[in-house]
Amino acid sequence: MTDRRTIYLDNSATTQVHPEVIDTIQPYLSEKYGNPSSIYHKGREAKEAVEDARKKVADLINAEPEEIIFTGSGTEGNNMALKGIAFANKNRGKHIITTKIEHKSILNSAGWLERNGFDVTYLNVDENGTIDIEQLKKEIRSDTILVSVMFANNEVGTIQPIEEIKDILKNKNIYLHTDAVQTAGKFDLDVKELGIDLLTLSGHKMHATKGIGALYIKKGTKIEPFLHGGGQERNLRSGTENVPEIVGMGKAAEIAKKDLEKNRIHLKKLEKKLKEDIFRKIPELILNGHPEKRLPGNLNISFKYIEGESVVLMLDEKDICVSTGSACTSNSLKPSYVLTAMKKDPVFMHGSIRFSIGAFNTEEDIDTITKTLPEIIKSLRAISPLYNKD
Amino acid sequence: MYSKKVMDHFKNPRNTGEIEDADGIGEVGNPICGDIMKITIKVKDDRIEDIKFKTFGCAAAIATSSMITEIAKGKTLEEAKEISKKDVSCALDGLPPIKEHCSNLASEGLRKAIDDYLMKKKD
Repeated sequence: MTDRRTIYLDNSATTQVHPEVIDTIQPYLSEKYGNPSSIYHKGREAKEAVEDARKKVADLINAEPEEIIFTGSGTEGNNMALKGIAFANKNRGKHIITTKIEHKSILNSAGWLERNGFDVTYLNVDENGTIDIEQLKKEIRSDTILVSVMFANNEVGTIQPIEEIKDILKNKNIYLHTDAVQTAGKFDLDVKELGIDLLTLSGHKMHATKGIGALYIKKGTKIEPFLHGGGQERNLRSGTENVPEIVGMGKAAEIAKKDLEKNRIHLKKLEKKLKEDIFRKIPELILNGHPEKRLPGNLNISFKYIEGESVVLMLDEKDICVSTGSACTSNSLKPSYVLTAMKKDPVFMHGSIRFSIGAFNTEEDIDTITKTLPEIIKSLRAISPLYNKD
Repeated sequence: MYSKKVMDHFKNPRNTGEIEDADGIGEVGNPICGDIMKITIKVKDDRIEDIKFKTFGCAAAIATSSMITEIAKGKTLEEAKEISKKDVSCALDGLPPIKEHCSNLASEGLRKAIDDYLMKKKD
């Protein structure tokens, strides 16, 4: 199924498109080209496919189909949640609470809102990357309109206490948004049970294609659209629907729901094996993120005395793909802002590697990595001035 | 993103290690910025007879350290002091703009090692 030459362990950056998703998309790139807004059969055919996909995405998170809006990416979903809620509710209040370890699409949207008259509080995290619940309680004000906390962190995998947050926000008339881009297909996301008002999903992180995402918006939520036009997506996101990719995302959601337990067990098993083998074979390293409350398949490890990029490139020579921190920030020289917020020792911060296991990885993949990695770490430590042991 | 030469020097770094009875030591960078270079030199008749490096950093930091040791070896102290960051990055067929500072660090490290030798010689 996968290209055997490459071992891909960067599934938090993107995932391989599921073959069934590709098959499902195919006809919508060729004969089923209608515009869902057209009333004749070609249009109806496309419309039905879009609505079927919407139902499948809704089912994945136990939402109603009319509560799902298709977007162009996780970034768009996060932008829409923050800016859309802020602008629609600004007469009630201009205060938003989020965290220091959100994805850049939240942090930079929040920064833009600050420059446009809103007030944003960024919650601290502890050394495991968990938000400070007590601080959240203290920061809530009468003009707070939105709390946005990611479900699980993309770099270190720490799962946030969303249920506790929901309890704190109860009867306070504050919207709760969560970025669940990394979580779909790995957790039983039940928006009704979790009391979530808005939730962001991204297609390519769950074996669909790039360029498609979804935003769950609970019925009755006051939100402002940003793409004005023909009124598609319940007037919240105008523009002709991206039918092929919507259909693909629907299929991916269906598979994610069907395989949820199987996938969770698979990811947990490989993660445990990878972690145990690495810790047994390589000295002087630490696990970043929460030791238990973490995203299945995510393993963020700091190797002392060396720098992450060197490890990534050495592994690349062996056709193994992993990343330092998150792919979106790897062009920056600064240490990861997530690890910085967790107050890690700088020597450890620069040596962090994120392994993110996906549905298509096998035990042999893990064996190959744990056979390759110790030599690479050893050779880099040998030329590190910080390492004084022979 | 990196040139073939950078990758070659990164994968097979030349002159790695530390000279035990070094005549000059140059250490630059810090763990916060993510790059540390330590260059040790052995000097004979005002020439760099031997040079070794140890580097904590990205591929560019390792490649620039490796390259500067290759350029400097056998050169007189005067010549070695003149090695610029541009000389290093040109010899590596260029560096991505965001990594240019690595070549600066390498030439700075070498100059520090030479200055250290000259200081010690004075005493």
